[in-house]
Amino acid sequence: MKEILDDIDRWRDRGHRVAIARVVATEGSSPREAGAAMAVSDDGEVAGSVSGGCVEGAVVAAALEVLAGERERGVITFGYSDDEAFAVGLTCGGTVHLYVEELDW
Amino acid sequence: MSESVYEHLTSRLRLNRPIALVTVIEGPGLGAKLLVEPDGTVVGSLGQADLDRVVARDALGELAAGRSSARHYGERGEARERVVSVFVESFAPPPRMIIFGAVDFTAALAATAKLLGYTVTVCDARPVFATARRFPMADEVANEWPDKHLDRVGGDLGPRDAICVLTHDAKFDVPAITSAVRTEVGYLGAMGSRRTHERRVERLREAGLSEDDLARVMSPIGLDLGARTPEEVAIAICAEIIALRTGRVPRPLRDTEGPIHVPLQEG
Repeated sequence: MKEILDDIDRWRDRGHRVAIARVVATEGSSPREAGAAMAVSDDGEVAGSVSGGCVEGAVVAAALEVLAGERERGVITFGYSDDEAFAVGLTCGGTVHLYVEELDW
Repeated sequence: MSESVYEHLTSRLRLNRPIALVTVIEGPGLGAKLLVEPDGTVVGSLGQADLDRVVARDALGELAAGRSSARHYGERGEARERVVSVFVESFAPPPRMIIFGAVDFTAALAATAKLLGYTVTVCDARPVFATARRFPMADEVANEWPDKHLDRVGGDLGPRDAICVLTHDAKFDVPAITSAVRTEVGYLGAMGSRRTHERRVERLREAGLSEDDLARVMSPIGLDLGARTPEEVAIAICAEIIALRTGRVPRPLRDTEGPIHVPLQEG
């Protein structure tokens, strides 16, 4: 998360709200470890990454839903056991659990 | 207005101070935060005093190992229950690499270690060789005898840190390795040909090193990649450091089976 602090500060200084997605657990083959983080501003800017690229798009969408009040904060799972994973294409074949929330703390 | 949890967290991160951020990710108090610092300072709350106490203790352990993980508890911090799930995120300072010997392999190793996120010190007792101008990529260049240097900083080194002895001169190697085995460092490698290595082992035994001490020394240093140039040797050394940490026997993935990425095992 350290590497995205400057982006978060810049967005918040300009009055934007920010959501953070963090990898909290992985199973099987997964390229990023627990702690990998991505921040998304309410106008759609993105910093950091949470996977080898395969679920980033879906995570950004979920983060924007949280900021829009359309989704509760909580854990989202992408993996081979999940239909959604095939849809977004988690190519490495593992499972990744992300916690997504608004940075309101 | 008092400082928010996020402001407290970022103030510590910007100073490179170790800190653990705990978030309730499932169960009662979803989203609640607790910050834990190595001196026991706690900021915020997960909403239940017993839970705070147990989680703070566990978070300190994770922080010391530089590890982030999801953990599960009962409502009051009971073990083996899954009412509350928390994510403990450790922000530990970067691992350290100390390179003894300002030789022609040193710059490439220092640069490669920087790529991997190490804070790098180059240490050589000869001021002519160990200059910041020759090693601009190093975070620190120390003109000091290896044993004196480790007397000073060795106590701070842990399982995530590495010591590489590149001097291949017994006058410096023996005090460096003798001091290095007294640290908790996770990787200790020493450069030299097989002949140099054999002679060095004799001298180290004479200096009082046990067989257990000697078994910790990766020497000759590095994986057998056929490396020749300083840059290739740097890759061979760093690849060995990674393999030792993950417990893998390095082979082409093509020739192995099973998961490519396995959960990080540290500490």
